Amino acid sequence: MSDTIQELYGRKGRNLTDREAQEITRVEELSYELKIQDVMSREIKSLGPSDTMQNVFDLLRQNRISGAPVLEDNSLIGIISQEDLMRALAKGELSAPIREYMTTKVITVKSYEPVVKALEVFTRTRIGRLPVVDENEKLAGMITKGDITRGVLVAIRKDYHDEEIRRYRASHLFEDIISDRTSLILRYKIRPRDFTNGGQASSYIKRALLRLGASPQLARECGIAVYEAEMNLIIHATNGGVLRVQIEPHRILMQTSDDGPGIPDVKLALQPGWSTASEFARSMGFGAGMGLVNIQRCVNKMEIDSTPGKGTKLLMEIHLSPDEKFKAPPDAPEAPGV
Amino acid sequence: MKLTEIIEQANGKVLNSSAFRDYEIIGGCGADLMSDVLTAVRPGAVLLTGLCNPQVVRTAEMADVRAIIFLRGKHPTPEMIDLATQKGIPLISSEAGMFELCGRLYKAGLQSLEGNWNGSYE
Repeated sequence: MSDTIQELYGRKGRNLTDREAQEITRVEELSYELKIQDVMSREIKSLGPSDTMQNVFDLLRQNRISGAPVLEDNSLIGIISQEDLMRALAKGELSAPIREYMTTKVITVKSYEPVVKALEVFTRTRIGRLPVVDENEKLAGMITKGDITRGVLVAIRKDYHDEEIRRYRASHLFEDIISDRTSLILRYKIRPRDFTNGGQASSYIKRALLRLGASPQLARECGIAVYEAEMNLIIHATNGGVLRVQIEPHRILMQTSDDGPGIPDVKLALQPGWSTASEFARSMGFGAGMGLVNIQRCVNKMEIDSTPGKGTKLLMEIHLSPDEKFKAPPDAPEAPGV
Repeated sequence: MKLTEIIEQANGKVLNSSAFRDYEIIGGCGADLMSDVLTAVRPGAVLLTGLCNPQVVRTAEMADVRAIIFLRGKHPTPEMIDLATQKGIPLISSEAGMFELCGRLYKAGLQSLEGNWNGSYE
């Protein structure tokens, strides 16, 4: 699969930049997301079985293509290619009907299949051009590697612009909305013992901060603090809890609250290495008694308010200095030129 | 050091995409405790770990870890591979043990990105 993508991108033999590496991964994703009908060409140049090889010669030359489907009563019955044409030329039989030279065992792909399917067929068969059929086995279009490259590039460009525009819009939020005090509040419900999705809320928060124009370092520190806090809810809180982030131009306030079991001795909980985590939490790589210590390191202020039997509130605050504030990119991105 | 050189040293296999091979890795760290990674590892590291669950990938995302090597022949689930691919983090599986591979990479010139375990990066 990856080799196919490299081949498609023509990047063999030179080092990839990080951005390119990321895009290539996106290319692989797109090859599964995009359907063949999204990228195929619908303008079909076809011939009939009684047309001559001379007709093939003209069609291929005029349209600069390497093959064409052969239709009879609107059904796909064969394919005629450059190679077939060369065989006819060698014998001096340009007046022979296509029927005598065409390949009847036609390999097709389906219009509703993902693009990766066509890539697999291209790689396996070394055929350069494939007929695409719809759910009724009727010819719907043709697809080449070139069509795929074009389709993927268009989709990537759109992706990239979408993210740029999102980032741009978000980063202007605090400048565009005028009030005495503007804040953005994000809320996430965290389920108890959900180790599979644990960290998802933190991932959203980190991305939101980056989109708002936070520096990678700031986004990382907030990300680590909320992730530790999120894991605490998952590991310890009886019914899970709520993770709330309040973003303001001068500070970021992060808070978790739950309704139990509460921490009997907060001072002890703050000691590095102290832990009451279950074996299972430990087997997930957590519960080493470093969570709160680690949060303290990432934020300017941390407060714990806990009552056994009632619940715990954890408050984390990061102050932003003027040069740390959310920065909007200087210019608006252009609209996607697709 | 290029990721591809690290993969050779580890005799490892990239599990999500060979397009990651040209990633530049500035240093390494070894840990089975994700809290330790979150506490002290500086951004840009390859993480060597014997732990194999979704939280390893999440931790890598949060701590800006660039690549993960699963040691002792451990193999992540398809869900973990998907998640890592989404986040642009290469996953590598290696038969090597922690001590051995840390040593090999260090000897090959890869610096440690493990900060101070008392909390500060310096």
